[in-house]
Amino acid sequence: MTAEESHHSAEVAARVERRWATIAVIIIVMMALLAAFAGIHRATMPQPRVETTDPSRLHLSGEFVESNLGSVLEANGNVTVRAIGQQYSFTPACIVVPVDTPITLRATSADVVHGILVQGTNINTMLVPGYVSEQLMRFTRTGDYLMPCQEFCSFGHEGMWGKVRVIDKTEFADRAKGGGRLSCVGQ
Amino acid sequence: MLANRKLILAHFWLAFAVFGVALTLGAWQMFIRSPIGTWLSNPELYYRSLTAHGTVMGYVFPTLVAMAFGYAISESALEQRLVGVRWAWTGFWLIVIGSIMAVIPIALGRASVLYTFYPPLIGNVFYYLGVVLVVVGSWIWVALMSINLHVWRKAHPGAAVPLAMYANVAGSYLWAWTALGAALELLLQIIPVAAGLKATIDAGLARVFFSWTLHAIVYFWLMPTYIAYYTIVPRAIGGRVYSDSMARISFILFLVVAMPIGMHHTFGDPQVGAGFKFIHSAFTALVALPTLLTVFTICASVEIAARLRGGRGLFGWMRALPWDNPMMLALAFSFIMLGFGGAGGLINMSYQLDASIHNTQWITGHFHLIFGGAIVIMYFAIAYDLWPHLTGRELIDLRMIRTQLWLWFVGMMVTTFPWHWVGILGMPRRMAYFDFGDPAIAPQALSVTLSAIGGFILLTSGILFLVILARGMRTPQADAGPYRFALAVHQQATVPLALNTHALWVALMIALTLTNYGYPILTLALTEGTSVPAVFVGAQ
Repeated sequence: MTAEESHHSAEVAARVERRWATIAVIIIVMMALLAAFAGIHRATMPQPRVETTDPSRLHLSGEFVESNLGSVLEANGNVTVRAIGQQYSFTPACIVVPVDTPITLRATSADVVHGILVQGTNINTMLVPGYVSEQLMRFTRTGDYLMPCQEFCSFGHEGMWGKVRVIDKTEFADRAKGGGRLSCVGQ
Repeated sequence: MLANRKLILAHFWLAFAVFGVALTLGAWQMFIRSPIGTWLSNPELYYRSLTAHGTVMGYVFPTLVAMAFGYAISESALEQRLVGVRWAWTGFWLIVIGSIMAVIPIALGRASVLYTFYPPLIGNVFYYLGVVLVVVGSWIWVALMSINLHVWRKAHPGAAVPLAMYANVAGSYLWAWTALGAALELLLQIIPVAAGLKATIDAGLARVFFSWTLHAIVYFWLMPTYIAYYTIVPRAIGGRVYSDSMARISFILFLVVAMPIGMHHTFGDPQVGAGFKFIHSAFTALVALPTLLTVFTICASVEIAARLRGGRGLFGWMRALPWDNPMMLALAFSFIMLGFGGAGGLINMSYQLDASIHNTQWITGHFHLIFGGAIVIMYFAIAYDLWPHLTGRELIDLRMIRTQLWLWFVGMMVTTFPWHWVGILGMPRRMAYFDFGDPAIAPQALSVTLSAIGGFILLTSGILFLVILARGMRTPQADAGPYRFALAVHQQATVPLALNTHALWVALMIALTLTNYGYPILTLALTEGTSVPAVFVGAQ
């Protein structure tokens, strides 16, 4: 190979390389833009705000006292679910919600780190003691869904499974008339 | 020329010995939680095993491989005897002592907190101190790599630092800085509680500290593999590196952007706000760039080898590749696994898609495919390539080596593909057993069984690997000659200063870490009332 040929081939190599680097950068910028677009439109979104709570006083006062746990129908027709995770169960262990309704899940942990995952959906959040987790959800099918703890919380972790029961809207409204907080524990 | 063979061999042997133990534990775990195993009467045993498996595979094994390879690179690429051999042995023994110190409480069931620690769960203090010693031992290696390069520069003013050493030192700096996050978590938060000096801990802050380490550590594991892609593979298969500059740029990009992205592990966490979650997601997308560049450069380098061997056509050249060469085979397997694992990684890091697989078995499948697959198979290849130079003996049985690599590849596919699948079905991680009798869980039984079978294929391959290396210590002596690295097609005598030094990039790495972690850490540390009572494990 002459020096001139070598020079030429180096130029070709550099050009091909630059072209590939440009394509790679475009791919990455596109991905970031797509994520931003979906986030701005709130199509799906991880938890945006940080809220704190004292896990050693959960049972005494505030939002997560026992009598306030479970599902409640709000005046605007939406539903709010409050729950806590502790070694090794959720309270309530069976969450009841209506189908086709905007639902806000508010939950926290009373001891160590846990997680809530509803199988067959993309409902998935961590429960970190000291902080409140909030997740928006909406079910389009009635039925029972398994809700395991998805974070290692010590030796009983494998037994920490809850349930979500999605029922008909009118049935839920009927049950909500009685007031109080709804759940499907023991049903 | 490798002068300190004993030092390098000691690191490799310790690395592969603990790897063998942890691999056996892993296979047992796959079996015992699958439908073909019987339920454990004591689930705690599973978590002991899991803690040991993770601690060894995450902290001890890859660190020792990086150190051994780093010493070998320093001596052979710089053609200079290692400076600070006594310190190197000190680092080695610190890792030995640290590992023993950590493994005793694990074996006694006093530290079943998994290698990711999970405060406010708190285990025995000696477990954490052991991990700290391992890290301190590796920091000695970081200092030695820097010192050896410095000594070489003084003797060769203005000369281009050999690519292998340039990348090796970049990897060591990345490790020094990324280990700091977990070190802060251990020293400021966990160890004071484990030692009984404090009773509460901020779990949210601890998770952010750990995310500082948790992601970039993966790129530290990856460094030896990428160094092998660029500087060993082309030489071993008779080709050239397509571009020396692009290689340097890739390693620099890893150094700079591997760090400020760890919070994509906390997308589901309530203690981090939306802004930083999104920023870390975008930066994680950026870290795909050096991998995309690498895939291009390595494929081009391999094509050069094929064309030099007479390969023709748009894709026909692939037939001309030396497929019976273990290095070629390992590279091909590694790239296939990197492709699938990388695609999975893009899903994990994306701001929204993560929710559908966060903390499911998909994640376990993902990092086993990337680390255990793409990365570790190149560790095997590095060992095979270096072994004759370390032992002064030949590795004769190439067929056995190929079988071992094939088994590892097939085993990893059989293990991780069903693993990803059950993750999509929503199967949670880190569970000692599953009730496959539950109709909602029963459909996952077949996949979990397949994964367990894959685990035993991997175990077989791992044993074969150790046998090959052990037999390689006994074959007749043969001089392997000096250890060489691949040359670039257009080998340059000098490279631009920015591509020949690290200072600017290390400064950028630190600055980006501060902008991406400084504010979240400060606000969490200053928020009152987020310290929660510690929960001690193994105390009951």
